[in-house]
Amino acid sequence: MRRYVYIDDSDQQDLYCDNRISNRKYTILNFLPKNLWEQFSRFMNQYFLLIACLQLWSLITPVNPASTWGPLIFIFAVSATKEAWDDYNRYLSDKQANEKEVWVVKQGTKKQIQAQDIHVGNIVWLRENDEVPCDLVLIGTSEPQGICFIETAALDGETDLKTRVIPSACMGIASELLHKIKGVIECSNPDKDIRRFDANLRLFPPFIDNDLCPLTINNTLLQSCYLRNTEWACGVAVYTGNETKLGMSRGIPEPKLTAVDAMIDKLIGAIFLFQIVVVIVLGIAGNVWKDTEARKQWYVMYPTEGPWYELLVIPLRFELLCSIMIPISIKVSLDLVKSLYAKFIDWDEEMYDEETTTPSHATNTAISEDLGQVEYILTDKTGTLTENRMIFRRCCINGIFYGNESGDALKDKELLNAVGSNNPDVIRFLTVMALCNTVVPLKSKSGVISYKAQSQDEDALVHAAARLHMVLVNKNGNILEINFNGLVILYEILDTLEFTSDRKRMSVVVKDCQNEKLILLSKGADEAILPCAVSGKQVRTFVEAVEQYAQLGLRTLCLAWRELREDEYKEWSLMFKDANSTFVDREWKLAEVCQRLEHDLEILGITAIEDHLQDGVPETIETLRKAGINFWMLTGDKQNTAIQIALSCNFISPEPKGQLLLINGKSEDEVCRSIERVLLTMKITTSEPKDVAFVVDGWALEIALKHHRHAFTELAILSRTAICCRVTPSQKAQLVELLKTCDYKTLAIGDGGNDVRMIQQADIGVGISGREGLQAARAADYSIGKFKFLKRLILVHGRYSYNRTAFLSQYSFYKSLLICFIQIFFSFISGVSGTSLFNSVSLMAYNVFYTSIPVVVSVLDKDLSERTVMEHPQILFYCQAGRLLNPSTFAGWFGRSLFHALVVFVVSIHAYADEKSEMDELSMVALSGCIWLQAFVMTMETNSFTILQHLAIWGNLAFFYIINCIVSTIPSAGMYTIMFRLCKQPSYWITMIYLMELLCISAHCDCRDGPGASA
Amino acid sequence: MLISVIFIPIGVASLLASRDVVEIVDRYETDCIPANYTGDELSFIQDPSSNKTCSRTLTVPKHMKQPIYVYYQLDNFYQNHRRYVKSRNDKQLRSADNANSTSGCDPEDRANGSPIVPCGLIAWSLFNDTYNFSLNNEALTVNTSGISWKSDRDKKFGDNVYPRNFQNGTLIGGKRLDPSRPLSEQEDLIVWMRTAALPTFRKLYGKIEVDLEANSTISVTLENNYNTYSFGGKKKLVLSTTRWLGGKNDFLGIAYLTVGGLCFFLAMAFIVVYLVKPRQLGDPSYLSWNRSPSGH
Repeated sequence: MRRYVYIDDSDQQDLYCDNRISNRKYTILNFLPKNLWEQFSRFMNQYFLLIACLQLWSLITPVNPASTWGPLIFIFAVSATKEAWDDYNRYLSDKQANEKEVWVVKQGTKKQIQAQDIHVGNIVWLRENDEVPCDLVLIGTSEPQGICFIETAALDGETDLKTRVIPSACMGIASELLHKIKGVIECSNPDKDIRRFDANLRLFPPFIDNDLCPLTINNTLLQSCYLRNTEWACGVAVYTGNETKLGMSRGIPEPKLTAVDAMIDKLIGAIFLFQIVVVIVLGIAGNVWKDTEARKQWYVMYPTEGPWYELLVIPLRFELLCSIMIPISIKVSLDLVKSLYAKFIDWDEEMYDEETTTPSHATNTAISEDLGQVEYILTDKTGTLTENRMIFRRCCINGIFYGNESGDALKDKELLNAVGSNNPDVIRFLTVMALCNTVVPLKSKSGVISYKAQSQDEDALVHAAARLHMVLVNKNGNILEINFNGLVILYEILDTLEFTSDRKRMSVVVKDCQNEKLILLSKGADEAILPCAVSGKQVRTFVEAVEQYAQLGLRTLCLAWRELREDEYKEWSLMFKDANSTFVDREWKLAEVCQRLEHDLEILGITAIEDHLQDGVPETIETLRKAGINFWMLTGDKQNTAIQIALSCNFISPEPKGQLLLINGKSEDEVCRSIERVLLTMKITTSEPKDVAFVVDGWALEIALKHHRHAFTELAILSRTAICCRVTPSQKAQLVELLKTCDYKTLAIGDGGNDVRMIQQADIGVGISGREGLQAARAADYSIGKFKFLKRLILVHGRYSYNRTAFLSQYSFYKSLLICFIQIFFSFISGVSGTSLFNSVSLMAYNVFYTSIPVVVSVLDKDLSERTVMEHPQILFYCQAGRLLNPSTFAGWFGRSLFHALVVFVVSIHAYADEKSEMDELSMVALSGCIWLQAFVMTMETNSFTILQHLAIWGNLAFFYIINCIVSTIPSAGMYTIMFRLCKQPSYWITMIYLMELLCISAHCDCRDGPGASA
Repeated sequence: MLISVIFIPIGVASLLASRDVVEIVDRYETDCIPANYTGDELSFIQDPSSNKTCSRTLTVPKHMKQPIYVYYQLDNFYQNHRRYVKSRNDKQLRSADNANSTSGCDPEDRANGSPIVPCGLIAWSLFNDTYNFSLNNEALTVNTSGISWKSDRDKKFGDNVYPRNFQNGTLIGGKRLDPSRPLSEQEDLIVWMRTAALPTFRKLYGKIEVDLEANSTISVTLENNYNTYSFGGKKKLVLSTTRWLGGKNDFLGIAYLTVGGLCFFLAMAFIVVYLVKPRQLGDPSYLSWNRSPSGH
């Protein structure tokens, strides 16, 4: 399906949606049903709904239905309110965008309308610094060359200015005529690819010769970009509303589930099974008791003939009685504390990057616990370990090395002399450095030239060229102005053969305006350029130079050029144009066409660019490695550079402590043998205290993943360190996938667009908001300013989050089980008939208030100080192995609740026996026993007290008494005056004290025994 | 150690309080069956014509200070059974306007087509044994007013609610109520309707407001009306004084003393162990990562 957009044609107005942006999930009408439906798609909620419905049947309900309906409605209300609030905020921001005033041409006249009324085909006029309201095809600008500059930061996070040009067909149309322009744009249906726009434009007479004009992404202004440095621009709306590229790419990502969540779900399942067993056993016991004993109890008056469902009544009653075993509030409290963890990360001042003023940010609020369980970190190199601030250090021009002595070619006298003496090789080298790029020079009013570059390498090269007196002064449409030693040289750019990560090179075709010569200038990775060198010419020196620079950890680029014949270019140019206007596989076709021009190149030299390590990288890697985390480095750089960087940042140890094993080979067999050899060596050396790492390049990796997946997986498990160089983005993602299939918790960290897939694939994705834009940071779950913050993120935030969630979830189970066990014990002395010891209000309040408030405050708990953790990263082993939340710790809590329930029950029924055994009183004694226990257990389990925690624990206790005293003053309430009576009885207080002391002693024994839940 | 220091005194105090209480317990349900009915208690108790009167003699072991509480104790009686405990209607008890609200009272909600006041199994099964005490052939008055909670009399049982249509059904449960007295004055009912949480419980019958000397004998004439024979329950008559901790209940005292004693013993034992063989503090070799160097 294709879309035909007729420019300024009111007939097709309604064919496509208008420009109303809507990110809302709900409308006022569908909010309630839709939200309820969503909430009820969770199993837990379905379960509680079933329980709540069963409770409406008064025959079987042991308590007032309010005890489940209350919390259920409360919890639903909380989630619904949160959803509604989020949605309302989305609505407000949508509304703001929708009601923005824009200038639009309709039927040949320009008028101001709201952004939401733009229709496909309208011509939209923008002024400088305006936000683009929808996806436009540029047709006119204020600049005579037909270009304009836009900032795409909101779209892809890249902060440099991008040039957009008007299609050749619209070139030179006067701005007044633009009102009347008519034509058709044929484009594909809306998609979310922000780097591609395959379309054609045909203008109707009288404008142009009815020729088809290809359109690319360079002819578009996409929604949410800003127009900069251009007085005005206008374009035809092609995609509007939610169909824009931005709108389409806005999707809800698959929610990630943490290991802790999975464990909690498992435990809930286990409790559920346990509950079923209890219900069945008690149900049978109840029926037996009924038939043998209760029939004799004349005062109970069991009818001799019951209804058909009579056998079910007692089991169902127990089901309702035991339904509190599964804490209804656990999901809500978990959601709440998880968003608090995320806020802690956002607020952390020690993870604030002063240099770039970026705070750390948790985009995904649900997975902080996983940070504490990371086992593998897969890291990008450039921009992640290094600063991605490129500095031109050395070069090799035509076999002569510059900068080798001083370490800085720009200060090398020989090079300066060579430039001064107009050495033709050097001049050509500098020309490529200055011209072969997509850098935009900007001249400020004071005459200082600054460069806007997408690639840090290009930026470094242009700056270096400028220092060597080859200054790129101005880019005026296709005309480049170069100032060489005061001499102005003009070049016209004819074509740009763009850089892609597959081609690994870029070229430009320029025309020297002085002598009309056509030149192809290329730069790229050595393995992409050297094979294209003119045959017969020695490239040995260049290979050696590359080798030498890589040894030093420098990034190398190979520069080359070729003079083109007029006819050769013309012929190629047609093909290029053709490829450019295809719709299918355009990228691939373009690459093929480019290949046809990039041959027989004359190699000019090699540049070596230094990329500084970020500070704190070696320490961070060392600390995290001590914490038992394995590191893999995945980089697009070449092997030697990668190894050098790895050495300098402690990634691998130098010989003889460390050993590097290479996996290489070009064919299946070679790779297979190589892997086997490495495996063997690794197995031998595992006993030695040696750091073994393997190195694999993209080519071998491809084969290994395809044909020797099994062996490679084995290798991956054995090796604590690996370096994968020359890997593509999809290979990075594959490696993450591989480790994930081995059940390892992976964390991927990167900074650039090429890391996005790996970041999304990993259990936890961390983005560094660096110089390559925010793309990675946006896709990631966490974004940080510097690599070194990773240490704190994992050791402090991850670990605390894990500990706290482990405590909170198990504690929730504990408190629910506690009250449930008491109910079960009570059923044994109440004729197994399913009487509830506690009244409905207490049960409800117990779950919702008394026990959840102090627990939530446990998010402030710190078992060890941050410093201790940072100094002894080994502590993280505990979290990694999941030692704080697993079936055996849960069994500990389970036993604890059973024991506590037994103690509370036995003590209360004995202390309140005989004439004191009044139902309401006894129930309050047992309940206060439970509440005291909660305070006691919380105090025991809290490691660091803050005022807030004291307030929550003791305040909660006071709150319990206040609430119950208030309820005790209501005559119609069941427990009228009960609390006052109890508070006046010395025996009540003595019982409470006794309970506390007894459990205190048993808790001591607990700890002494070791594995108790309070590790 | 500290715990034992706190616990032992509390334990001693509680135990003393409990021991100070003088208690007379007399189990009478088997002895009050005439010889000719032995083995067939059920037909005796269900026969309305049989003579239920029974005499018992109690000896006061120690001086008992007034007030002396008279309790009846039932064993194996499940007032906390789910069918039973809910079988009442608080609204109906509170106000005469709600005489018709009998929800929850099933199966004792209506009789002969009109609502029962007070409805429900609890009221229907009201305990109906009676006790008459005499000391040295002089009647000993038992004060049966003020035995229920004041809050119950004032707020839960209305003073304008009169028993109506009560024990009129085919099955007679327990005691009949005087239809001319409002519920708020029928304190035995109020006490009974404070359901017990345990199958063994005592309920207040009345108070004797004179001191009883040691070794004096009290004769009790009782009407053994209440059927506990069908389920093998026991009936006991209890006379007891009270202390600050309430009636006779050794549990807390013994519990405190046990824990206190245990702590004391353990503390002593640890001290001895420490003196004999002190353990080095802070031995790092106990740390987990020192035990397993690889940590995996």
